[in-house]
Amino acid sequence: MSTIELERPRASSYKLRVIDCDIHPAMTSWTEVHPYLEARWIEHLSVYGSHLRHAFSEALSHPRMSPDAARIDAYPEEGGPPGSSLELMRKQHLDPNGIEVGMLIPLRWNPGSQRNLDLGAALTRAMNTWQVERWVKQEPRLRASVLVAQEDTVASVAEIDARGGDPNFTQILILPKTDEPLGRRRYWPIYEAAVRNNLPITIHVGGTNGHPSTGGGWTSYYMEEHHSVAQTMQAVVASLVFEGVLERFPQLRVVIMEGGLGWVPSLNARMDKHWARLRSEVPHVRKPPSEYVREQVWFSTQPMEEPATSAELIDLFDRIGWDRLLFSTDYPHWDFDDPRYAFRANLTQAQREQLLYENARKFYRLD
Amino acid sequence: MEGNGLVAGLDQARTYAGAIDCDLHPAVPGMGVLLPYLNDYWREMASVRALDRLNLSLTSYPQNSPLSCRPDWLLPDGAKAGSSLEAMKDHVLDRFRPRYGILNCLYGAQVLHSEDMAAAFCRATNDWIRDHWLNHDLRLRASIVIPSHSAELAVAEIDRRAEDVRFVQVLMLASGETTLGRRHLWPVYERAERLGLAIGIHAGSAYRYAPTAVGWPSYYVEDYVAQSAAFESQLQSLISEGVFAKFPRLKVVAIESGLTWLSGFIWRADKTWKGVRAEVPWVTRTPSEIIRNHVRFTVQPVDAADEGEAIMRLADHIKSDELFLFSTDYPHWQFDGDAVLSGGLSDAFFRKIASENALATYSRLARAGRIVEAVP
Amino acid sequence: MARHVVATVDQIPPGQRLLVQVNGREIGIFNVEGEYFAVANRCPHEGASLCKGRIVGLVEATGPGDYQYSRRGELLRCPWHGWEFDLRTGRSWCEPDRTRVRSYELKVESGGALIEGELRAETFQVTIDKQYVVLEI
Ligand code: FES
Repeated sequence: MSTIELERPRASSYKLRVIDCDIHPAMTSWTEVHPYLEARWIEHLSVYGSHLRHAFSEALSHPRMSPDAARIDAYPEEGGPPGSSLELMRKQHLDPNGIEVGMLIPLRWNPGSQRNLDLGAALTRAMNTWQVERWVKQEPRLRASVLVAQEDTVASVAEIDARGGDPNFTQILILPKTDEPLGRRRYWPIYEAAVRNNLPITIHVGGTNGHPSTGGGWTSYYMEEHHSVAQTMQAVVASLVFEGVLERFPQLRVVIMEGGLGWVPSLNARMDKHWARLRSEVPHVRKPPSEYVREQVWFSTQPMEEPATSAELIDLFDRIGWDRLLFSTDYPHWDFDDPRYAFRANLTQAQREQLLYENARKFYRLD
Repeated sequence: MEGNGLVAGLDQARTYAGAIDCDLHPAVPGMGVLLPYLNDYWREMASVRALDRLNLSLTSYPQNSPLSCRPDWLLPDGAKAGSSLEAMKDHVLDRFRPRYGILNCLYGAQVLHSEDMAAAFCRATNDWIRDHWLNHDLRLRASIVIPSHSAELAVAEIDRRAEDVRFVQVLMLASGETTLGRRHLWPVYERAERLGLAIGIHAGSAYRYAPTAVGWPSYYVEDYVAQSAAFESQLQSLISEGVFAKFPRLKVVAIESGLTWLSGFIWRADKTWKGVRAEVPWVTRTPSEIIRNHVRFTVQPVDAADEGEAIMRLADHIKSDELFLFSTDYPHWQFDGDAVLSGGLSDAFFRKIASENALATYSRLARAGRIVEAVP
Repeated sequence: MARHVVATVDQIPPGQRLLVQVNGREIGIFNVEGEYFAVANRCPHEGASLCKGRIVGLVEATGPGDYQYSRRGELLRCPWHGWEFDLRTGRSWCEPDRTRVRSYELKVESGGALIEGELRAETFQVTIDKQYVVLEI
């Protein structure tokens, strides 16, 4: 009988240096955004709340197995949800895990999924300012994301142009459950603005659009729902390829965040194979789909795949391309990955540094 | 292995002699052929409503798309690919000489919204398959087409075929009205298990919903690419809902699923299960183990450039060589010439894929072996 | 192997836990309805502080929908990814043979007995009339 034993590496033998591409900041109270939100929307939210395409006005469609989908050791002593205390974030995450830079991914309110487009746009403006004021200005290790309400492309483009020159922002954030697949033309002005402002587009799991989480209907259990985000992300990648976004915007760089990795080689092969048969339908896709993916799409690592052997994981990284992997923890969520133990593989020190630090440094041009 | 050059160029094809082809598509040429199998009511409706002039080809397989039909398997005069038994013999049965071929008829009957209409046309389709295919070629077996959105009517149709052991499987689409694990469908699984019928899940959608969770793509190729994701979702559904806990002898065959997605699936599913299994405590084994015990996969298409190696790799990941079943997917265009599977497989593994695995999956194949004479 | 007095029994009421340090190791002491168990405060999966997890019962099923609940308070659910560990054995529910958290021998002894024997009371003044939780490491 073998027992898995984790021994924490001695602090002196190995200095962690990490760029965490996925940290979720939360609000102690929603009044935190009041200074940045027009009175009309404060009142609107107090009276009508969120107006989304699912059954619960305040809760997610599938209750998680942990409250707030969070690590249960991440609740601040002073109260408030996990992710709301900078002090705890520093003490529990940034300091001990060697986080030199952390990318903020704010998820509250799902602005891009709000059916009221004006509300969605107002929320993105407020939350973008909130990220800077409440987090980045207080903690130089953190960076903000330009959250956009993608269904209103005019407002999205305006917000991207407004933030584009601000070094506090490193990327544009969209949640994948959009009204239509993200490759459709209605969203192209956003990609144009991204390229114009030299910002990558990060697509982080989430959103709600009224479509079931599978092509064959709704899932009953969280176990299925949690799994389905990997299929959702496959559809996003296929859409960006086949609708011609990656061809049309060769400068565009996309991050698929928290959508898993295990499917990437298989999706690439599938797209290539069937593109070869059906390319007369999509003449605007000029080269094998996997080439677009290899050149323009990056993947965050969490939740890390855990194959049975180290060799399988290394083989997976080989197939995706080591330089396309961006380490992320998802702090403070329940499926958090610890930079020391996330990769269950025999990595060289150079590989480890590449995954934990170098790739993101280059990708986000952090010099 | 046989075929020493009697017919030029057949060497490679004969590699597959004696195999069991688990995915052949006979096409209903038009609803007219089903009319004799409808009752008076539906026959009159067919005429009054001109149902017989409807083309119920599935959106999942546009009739003339290159994927729906390999160019050299097209039929003369624009006839639907797969609609001729003579052509199927020529292209597959006499060429590759499989021991059995399993017919999976993809036709609109199973996705009609009206449960009654769907049931009537499914029944007619199965009768037509029996009379015009099974009765004409001893090598053929078939899947039972059912109105899967009505468990009651589906069970009735399965019962109607119970005695005819040439029906070896119940056919469902990868995307129907509800996820396939849902309890209201369990009577179908109960019956299948009892009668020794596998449940075949074939790529395809009833389009009750957008084919992806992010909505409707613009192009057919995206729909087709999304089919493999639909299989992932359905496996997760069958596992989470406890279908295999409830029906421990049930076998599910994923047909035309693309295959290589399975590695990523088990990594993610096994990991997730460890954290959330209290939600579904009837799932007492890892999803990968459940798949090993209950789920099989046909091997066309293999979503990989190196097909044989990819299957070997997959067998390694899933720790079993019993999961994969030979198929040509005729007349769909998944391979060229006679190279159904490109190299890399060991001989022993090839034999398993070619027929041993299918014999273990379709228990009715052994029973059907006793049929010695077809009744034309 | 040395014995360490780590707590008095009344410091850990039923259903509660106490985190102690012994020889530089963090160990959680759990009182399950009057029985005491000790496990390392490190999840064998990715190293979470396991003893901060929720104390739960054992959830099983005789079939889909037939939830069977037993052994209230005898399992520990990791605060991160939710793997469940049996406090009696340290074994994980999903991979009992492969993945387990280190568990330790515990005894409850009276102060009198302790004073008579050889022991190390690192943090405690042991008095004769109290009951103590003693850990063997
Ligand atoms: S760290 Fe405990 S379950 Fe992952």
